[in-house]
Amino acid sequence: MTSVSDPISEIEDSAVRELGGVGDSSQLEAWRHAYLGRKGKLTLVLRGLADLPLEERRSLGAEANRIKLRLEAAYEDQLARLEQDRLAKVTEGERLDVTLPGSPLPRGGLHPITQTLRDVLKAFENLGFQVVEGPEIEWDHYNFEALRIPADHPARDMWDTLWIDHERDGKRSMLLRTHTSPNQIRIMERTQPPIRVVVPGKCYRFEATDPTHEWMMTQVEGLAIDDGISMADLKGTLAEFARRIFGEERRVAFRCDYFPFVEPGMELRIDCFICRGEGCRTCGRTGWIEILGAGMVHPEIIANAGYDPDRYTGFAFGLGVERIALLRHGVDDIRHFYANDLRFLQQF
Amino acid sequence: MRIPLRWLADYVDIKLPIEELARRLTTAGVEVGEIISSAGEWDGVSVAEVVEVEKHPNADRLTLVTVHLGNDRFERVVCGAPNVAVGQKVAFAPEGTRLIDGHTGEPTVLRRAKIRGVESAGMILSEKELRISDSHEGILMLPENAPVGEPLASVLGETVFDLDLTPNRPDLLSVLGVAREVGALSGSKVRDPSVVYEATGERIKGRVQVDVLDRDLCPRYVAALIEDLKMDESPLWMQQRLIAAGMRPINNVVDITNYVMLETGQPLHAFDYARLKERRIVVRRARPGERLNLLDGTERELSPEMLVIADAEDAVGVAGVIGGAESEVTEETRAVLLESANFSATSIRRTRQALKVETDASRRFEKGLSVHLPLIASQRAVKLMVEVCGGRAAQGLIDVTAIKPKDIRVTLTQERLERVLGVELPSGEVRRVLEGLGFGCRWVPPDRFIVRVPYWRTDVSIADDVVEEVARIVGYDELPTTQLRGEIPAVQRQPIRELRERVRQALAVSGLREVITYSLTDLPTLQKVLPPEELATTPPLRVANPMSREFEYARTTLRGSILQTLTKHIRVSGGRLISVFETGRVYLRNDNDLPHEVETVCAALCGRKPDRWGQPTGGPAGFFEAKAHLEHLLADLRVAAEYREAVEHPYLPGRTAKVAIDGRRVGLLGELHPSVAASFEIKQDVAMFEVDLEAVMPHVPEIVHYKPISPYPLVKEDLAVIVDEDTPAGRVISVIEDSNLVHSVSIFDVYTGQPIPKRKKSLAFSISFQSGDRTLTDEDVAEERKRIVARLGRELGATLRA
Ligand SMILES: [Zn+2]
Repeated sequence: MTSVSDPISEIEDSAVRELGGVGDSSQLEAWRHAYLGRKGKLTLVLRGLADLPLEERRSLGAEANRIKLRLEAAYEDQLARLEQDRLAKVTEGERLDVTLPGSPLPRGGLHPITQTLRDVLKAFENLGFQVVEGPEIEWDHYNFEALRIPADHPARDMWDTLWIDHERDGKRSMLLRTHTSPNQIRIMERTQPPIRVVVPGKCYRFEATDPTHEWMMTQVEGLAIDDGISMADLKGTLAEFARRIFGEERRVAFRCDYFPFVEPGMELRIDCFICRGEGCRTCGRTGWIEILGAGMVHPEIIANAGYDPDRYTGFAFGLGVERIALLRHGVDDIRHFYANDLRFLQQF
Repeated sequence: MRIPLRWLADYVDIKLPIEELARRLTTAGVEVGEIISSAGEWDGVSVAEVVEVEKHPNADRLTLVTVHLGNDRFERVVCGAPNVAVGQKVAFAPEGTRLIDGHTGEPTVLRRAKIRGVESAGMILSEKELRISDSHEGILMLPENAPVGEPLASVLGETVFDLDLTPNRPDLLSVLGVAREVGALSGSKVRDPSVVYEATGERIKGRVQVDVLDRDLCPRYVAALIEDLKMDESPLWMQQRLIAAGMRPINNVVDITNYVMLETGQPLHAFDYARLKERRIVVRRARPGERLNLLDGTERELSPEMLVIADAEDAVGVAGVIGGAESEVTEETRAVLLESANFSATSIRRTRQALKVETDASRRFEKGLSVHLPLIASQRAVKLMVEVCGGRAAQGLIDVTAIKPKDIRVTLTQERLERVLGVELPSGEVRRVLEGLGFGCRWVPPDRFIVRVPYWRTDVSIADDVVEEVARIVGYDELPTTQLRGEIPAVQRQPIRELRERVRQALAVSGLREVITYSLTDLPTLQKVLPPEELATTPPLRVANPMSREFEYARTTLRGSILQTLTKHIRVSGGRLISVFETGRVYLRNDNDLPHEVETVCAALCGRKPDRWGQPTGGPAGFFEAKAHLEHLLADLRVAAEYREAVEHPYLPGRTAKVAIDGRRVGLLGELHPSVAASFEIKQDVAMFEVDLEAVMPHVPEIVHYKPISPYPLVKEDLAVIVDEDTPAGRVISVIEDSNLVHSVSIFDVYTGQPIPKRKKSLAFSISFQSGDRTLTDEDVAEERKRIVARLGRELGATLRA
């Protein structure tokens, strides 16, 4: 008996002794391997039990299992202690200067006009408008004629045009669209009411540039046609848009304005958020800032589309995205947008 | 259009405060761009008389002018105006006067200064400096009888509305027209100016003959004759009004034509009756090659598209645009033939465009004036010529009319009014508004108005035009506001737009900065970045009237724009990595049709890669840095691309790849040829890629379909093979990927040199094997690996690296 019990108590003693000297996790693993591993000392004892007579097996077995549980618990304790020591070392001795910059990642970004355009479109999408697009190089027909702006009409002066060097029947007929309004006609040609769309895109004018004028610009055209759409709906839609883009507390006002393809025509203004209506340079001392032009689609255009003008009415509007971006970001010169100065773009 | 308020008050009582009136006009569509008030602005400026003009000793173009300021006070100033002369009455500003700088438009304070060595005690002011008009040609000349020493404000002081008008309202190019708006907005009655005069001359018949040969271009011609008149300065009140409205007084006859034009909107022209051959007026087209000296001092060749006013022999004026010098009224003029006519708007517009002469007359005619106006304006002007110039008016007028002016009537139903405005307005209110504007309005029960349009409103012809009239006077802000109801229309998908927006997002997220550049470019830029054959087969569309050479062609590639942006960025980047992209359309010519506008993306990288601290100390960003962004983009779109080595301008051979999906080319990737970079003044390496989004679009899955995750374990194995140096790794990878049991493969080493034989390279791969239906055994993996190696040997001559 003693010949068998002695080694087992020795194993326990030496295991406990050695565990006291374990200093890191690899030593701890080695210790576990030596005593509790598949070929560890205690494991071997347990495996040898089978060869012993029943009574011996029982007493020795109970003892060996007790030791096994004790050593396993000791192992866990030691493991936890080591982890604690390690963390203590890290938190004390290997502290980071948290004010140092993070590892460099490239920072990309969208152009401020893209950002504003997305917000504008999102506002209208939430009001049930769909986004569609059209060509930037257009026929005179869509850009002017079909919008009730025939050649030699004085309203043509409202849009100075860049013409493409192309003639049809001896006349210049192709141009860089001066506004997104040709899409009103294009959409009406291919769809039936109800219509509710917004059309974003670039437009071009023959224009000298200055802090408030740029020859390339981004517009959003809106068009809604249905049985029962009125100017009250137009006002409601635009007011809602202005609130979504410029903030809940903005006041909006409408005034009569003229565009040949709408009747009645209007302009939307918001109260100047720089001077709060007092009058300043941004608002031209009026207290109001012009945001967009709009109106009820001219009944002649409704009729030309093949819709019944007595039944169908609708509204159209057109807004300049640069102007909205200028106002939102407080940019003082519209030419910044397409000058693409890195120091400008990085701010957005 | 400048409307002096004291003049306006002749025709309508101004009951509202000025600011409120301006606001009401603006909301009604008559935009008051600015309220110009001389009160306060002209403090210190007074009327002075020029008593001496000497040459400046040190400057040819300057003069020394001595002015009398009243009470024997004299000052000497240096003056640069060419038109200064002794005896003139001018506006003098002493030092300390607050002024608008004539050149910059900014407010400034006048200081005593030495100009070319001679001290100037003040300044003689121009119209622009006084904000009377934009003309800066010379000094403002005051009426001869202006009292010396009086403050300028007491002579010319006015509050003026500067209106920004829309082209549909020629009637508002007149003080009377604006008075009608004021009347309607404030409920005041409008007083028309008197047209009653006593004709004490002989009968006009037989003394003047008018032949209108082109009735299409001249629907009405009214001629009047005033004889025995005395040419002189016009009275002070008239000169004051003209100056306040931005016009320069000339003499009493011309001033009356201008005064009546400003008053009624109808342009008039005065001919020296004695200088009209055979006392005849012929309204005809110009003869081919016919020449005419114009009032602006130029001689022009006319064409048969232009309508002229001629006498029995020669043209004496370009109809509705500008008069001729020969028949101009002068000091010697004793009798005036007064023209008051209506001309075709289109013809006037074309003529003034062809001659590049825009006048107050052409601006009005081209907007379409009423055929009623010539008679009224003629009578009004004759009355003034009788009263002001002491002339004798001939009895009767000559009135040649092609069409009978008739009233326009419009039917407006309550239903339409409500349908358009979204509110029912009481019929009484509708009538009150329309009648206030001068419309006739009759309520025809049960549901409609018959509206008679007043002659001056040439812009109103349909029911909705009348709806606008009602709405704008009531005030848009007073009308209700509602939200759209009704069905939301069917969805119209725009796949290319959706794709472009995804591309923008993916590239911005991967660290590229978006730029937006101009769509027009110049030919040299396109030549730098396009292969000559591509430029030859798809020549860019040219702008017929470019603003400058720089923006003359519609771009057929984004390359040039991106490189120009890079050049700009390099100047301010301090060597840091610049990575930019643009999505935009390129315009590819289509015969006799609109160009094909292709959505494209182009990206470029330039600069050194950052170290741990973000400092540009790493190697230059090159092919693989650009490819990383492209791979990120394509992975985001869930498309698998192949890369084949390619040679294509402007990329650097050996560092260029054609990007293809399912064998179809969708773009290019590579490093820019240094010689092309140099042509954009870029010395650094540039890596770029570009993708045709239309070509990519069909390959982008609309939706990602889930593949079951295999419950069976992955087995990882490494494989190193030796292949010819020029065998692309991509081909090896595609052979490996072709195996059914290969879950994924990645390359982790490319090696040449000892012990690998010359012209060979070693490629090392990490392969993950996995089956979807069982756990792979060691034997399965070994067997599959053997099959892969055999196939690599067969197809690519690869050998296993020992
Ligand atoms: Zn303001």
